[in-house]
Amino acid sequence: MSQSDPPTSGQPGTSDRSPWQRLMLMARPRATKANAFAALLAVILGFAVATQVRQNQELGLASLRQSELVTILDNATLLSSRLDQNARDLQATRDALVSGSTGDAAALRAAQERLDALGILAGTARAHGPGIEMTIGDPGGKVTPPLLLDAVEELRDAGAEAIQVGNVRVVASSSFGPSGSGVELDGTRLTEPYSILAIGDAQTMSSAMEIPGGLSENIRQLGASISVTQRSELTVGALHALREPRYARPVSSPAPAATP
Amino acid sequence: MIPALGLLVGLAVGLFLHPAVPLALQPYLPIAVIAALDAVFGGVRAVLDGIFNDKVFVVSFLSNVVVAAFIVFLGDQLGVGSQLSTGVVVVLGIRIFSNVASIRRHLFRA
Repeated sequence: MSQSDPPTSGQPGTSDRSPWQRLMLMARPRATKANAFAALLAVILGFAVATQVRQNQELGLASLRQSELVTILDNATLLSSRLDQNARDLQATRDALVSGSTGDAAALRAAQERLDALGILAGTARAHGPGIEMTIGDPGGKVTPPLLLDAVEELRDAGAEAIQVGNVRVVASSSFGPSGSGVELDGTRLTEPYSILAIGDAQTMSSAMEIPGGLSENIRQLGASISVTQRSELTVGALHALREPRYARPVSSPAPAATP
Repeated sequence: MIPALGLLVGLAVGLFLHPAVPLALQPYLPIAVIAALDAVFGGVRAVLDGIFNDKVFVVSFLSNVVVAAFIVFLGDQLGVGSQLSTGVVVVLGIRIFSNVASIRRHLFRA
């Protein structure tokens, strides 16, 4: 270390050579043992510098001291807990969304069921199922609108859920009326023989048609014919065109109506 | 001239060989490098002062390196390794700065 001590002899600039010349002189290759040794030391120094620089670039956590490692660990823990919190929040959001969508699906299913039921009731949906097919032959034109209304009422009484007369769907607002010598239903003239399709319990309905003093007997007394056939599967295909009510408005009720 | 070339050669070798520093030497190498740099700058300054001596340079170089490494080693043993390393770096840095200042005054008269 004595090399860097302040010079004790001679003042800089008092020498006969300028500093640059002195440097040049010293840089001249000299074949002395000390110069070779200095060169060797220089090689080692360069090697060490390059090695250390490279090592420093390559080293990750291994070169850090304990306090720095603790700081890094703290940061990582903090970050991890924050991300955990994030993940929990997102999970909760996802759960809420998923359960919400299942609720939506259930509501949709319930709404669809109600729509189907109401569609059958209102005559806006085709219906199929077991039922009876009834044909009233009336070549004499004896069958009157009240008689057909009686037939429909009897069927309803016996549990018919969907009724079609001719190719007109019978709904709550349906009305029979005279049309010349014949009968019309909802403005559509019915042609003889009258064909009536009813979906419901076939056994009950056909029994209801045949009770003494009932529809069949009345029709036969008029000189018309009636045949009732039970079907395990028939389709009421006629549709009732729904009209928007002009005056009646629904009273909004909070409780959903039960399925009829 | 030859030592300067040697420095370049050493740098090149170190860069191309990618040597791994032994684990035991890892805390000491950076300090030893700083100490060696201090010795080099001291040597240049001695040249300009007209008091350069090859033998003194070599001895000061080696002793600088060894003492610096020893101080760090001692600090590690005492549990104050990082603080002592910092202290050594500060001291050597101040010496390098003063040596460079002296060299600058010699060469540029400023």
